[in-house]
Amino acid sequence: MWRRVMAIFVARNREFYRDTAGLAWNIIMPIMLVLAFAFVFSGEPADVLKVGVVTADGDLADEVSPFLEIPHVQIVPYSEPDAGIAKVQRHQLDLLLDLRGALGYWVNPNSATGEIAERLLLGAYANPGSAPQRRTVAGEALRYADWVVPGILAMNIMFSSLWGVGWVVVRYRNTGVLRRLKATPLTPLEFLSAQVLSRLMVVLVASLVVYLGAKLALGLPMRGSYLALVLVYVAGALCMISLGLIVATRLRTEELADGVLNLISWPMVLLSGVWFSLEGASPAAQALSRLLPLTYIVDGARRVMIDGAGVVAVLPEVALLGGVALVLLLVAARLFRWE
Amino acid sequence: MVVDSLIEARELVRRYPSVTAVDGISFGVRAGQCFGLLGPNGAGKTTTLEMLEGIQRPTAGQVLYRGRPLDRSYREEVGIQFQATALQDFQTVGESLQMFASFYARTADRDELIRMCNLGEILDRDTRRLSGGQRQRLLLAIALVNDPTLVFLDEPTTGLDPQSRRNFWGLIETVRRRGKTILLTTHYMEEAQSLCDEVAIVDHGRIIAQGDPLALVRQHFPAAVVRLPASAWPAGEPLPEGVEPQDGAIEFFTDAVPPLLEWLEQIGANLNELKVQTPNLEDLFLKLTGHTLRA
Repeated sequence: MWRRVMAIFVARNREFYRDTAGLAWNIIMPIMLVLAFAFVFSGEPADVLKVGVVTADGDLADEVSPFLEIPHVQIVPYSEPDAGIAKVQRHQLDLLLDLRGALGYWVNPNSATGEIAERLLLGAYANPGSAPQRRTVAGEALRYADWVVPGILAMNIMFSSLWGVGWVVVRYRNTGVLRRLKATPLTPLEFLSAQVLSRLMVVLVASLVVYLGAKLALGLPMRGSYLALVLVYVAGALCMISLGLIVATRLRTEELADGVLNLISWPMVLLSGVWFSLEGASPAAQALSRLLPLTYIVDGARRVMIDGAGVVAVLPEVALLGGVALVLLLVAARLFRWE
Repeated sequence: MVVDSLIEARELVRRYPSVTAVDGISFGVRAGQCFGLLGPNGAGKTTTLEMLEGIQRPTAGQVLYRGRPLDRSYREEVGIQFQATALQDFQTVGESLQMFASFYARTADRDELIRMCNLGEILDRDTRRLSGGQRQRLLLAIALVNDPTLVFLDEPTTGLDPQSRRNFWGLIETVRRRGKTILLTTHYMEEAQSLCDEVAIVDHGRIIAQGDPLALVRQHFPAAVVRLPASAWPAGEPLPEGVEPQDGAIEFFTDAVPPLLEWLEQIGANLNELKVQTPNLEDLFLKLTGHTLRA
């Protein structure tokens, strides 16, 4: 069995690296994308103040505070302060207000917008005796590029995984390659395993090149464990490849496969927080984003690279993505038809 | 049915929603035989062949290999050359052979296969840059890569120029001499006549005649057909009963050519443009079905 898997694996790899156009698409395109975004969004992503509010239950509905009445301030709820404090450090939040018990707030003196937010807060609590307690945290601003690169890497893994198996296997079916393979002792599971392994390797090598390119060009932060980052991306790639295999099981034409893959991928591009944070987005959009696998890859990678998470901290994401991958793979092996 | 068949089709039926492609076909192929399914496009040859290959399931009926239904090990025993097939892109001829060889427990000797199918000079060429003949030779080599007992060839020379077709026939002869059993489909009479020792003529999903190609023709026709242009017939001489000019020619079917020629000379026919031919499968097909094979 292993010999047959290897034969398909080797053939698929050859097809990939000899197809120079495809190679360029997989590596150069994402690098260009990263660089373009680094230039275009080199400033602040938004000019509205963004303030975190800590309450006992993370719910703002029954909170009364004169500060919450101010228009054009985006409020992000928290149930405990730590995550919010980290964001204030990186200038992702202008200020963090604590409404539990004694009134207090955190602000970053290095942030210009933080100072504006602080003055608004103090104005809202102008009555003598009610002034909240000031706490400061220090830290450099997180550039948009630093924040967006983990997402772009994840998105690139998604596209490469979905098309690299979904579209390619459907093309094999349409041209008759699968029909020829069906006439040999090769089994569907052997064939699909080889496709998964080959694409996983391609995706990881391409991501490594893009990561190194972005690191050299932009000096990305890496605060967590590299092993955790690799685990998140591997589990994510396996999940996306398995999703691609589901598309590949029955479809007969590349055009239809292309349409289905677009239908799957574009909601994820827009709703998984690749380009902008979903904090403060509508509850419906947030709920929807929790159903999309790309969300978990993006979140996991950001928590490692930006928040310094280790292996244990990303285990929930890794387990979820890996579990979904396994289920989809088994379903695909059952549904698969050579013709 | 033939008792000692290597492979046997029993009452095969294949129905599609709108059409019955194969409508009760039975035959057996003995070890070492070259058996041909002959018929026009759409007659059900390829569907029949694919059921025997185990690629398609019959709607009804059974395929037996060495007297037993097909199972997984059957894939190791057979080699298949499909009519329309693609090879994976960006691989050379040698790499394609290598890949297919890796799928099988038993493999033919690589060097001998390359020599036999004349692939030596194109071993490093990308499979997308092969001519029609080269491509067919590679596909045959792939069909033989597991040293199969039984080889299926579906219209192996369709689309080849006459030169390549003759070369390919030579190649099939070589394969046969190595003791392989061959089952092929074709709509070329000449191909069936020169390669097969048994043919089944298929039309509308049924076998309408079966046997040794020469014997089949003999069974339905006298030994020879003598053709004369109508203008060569002496004026005023009445035509014999049953003979009528067709397309400007007069045809006599006969078992005894010399007396016929003698008689024609006596009545003063012009023999300069006379042709003596052996009736072939094409004539037989026309006679049996009322339509020509290539229509």
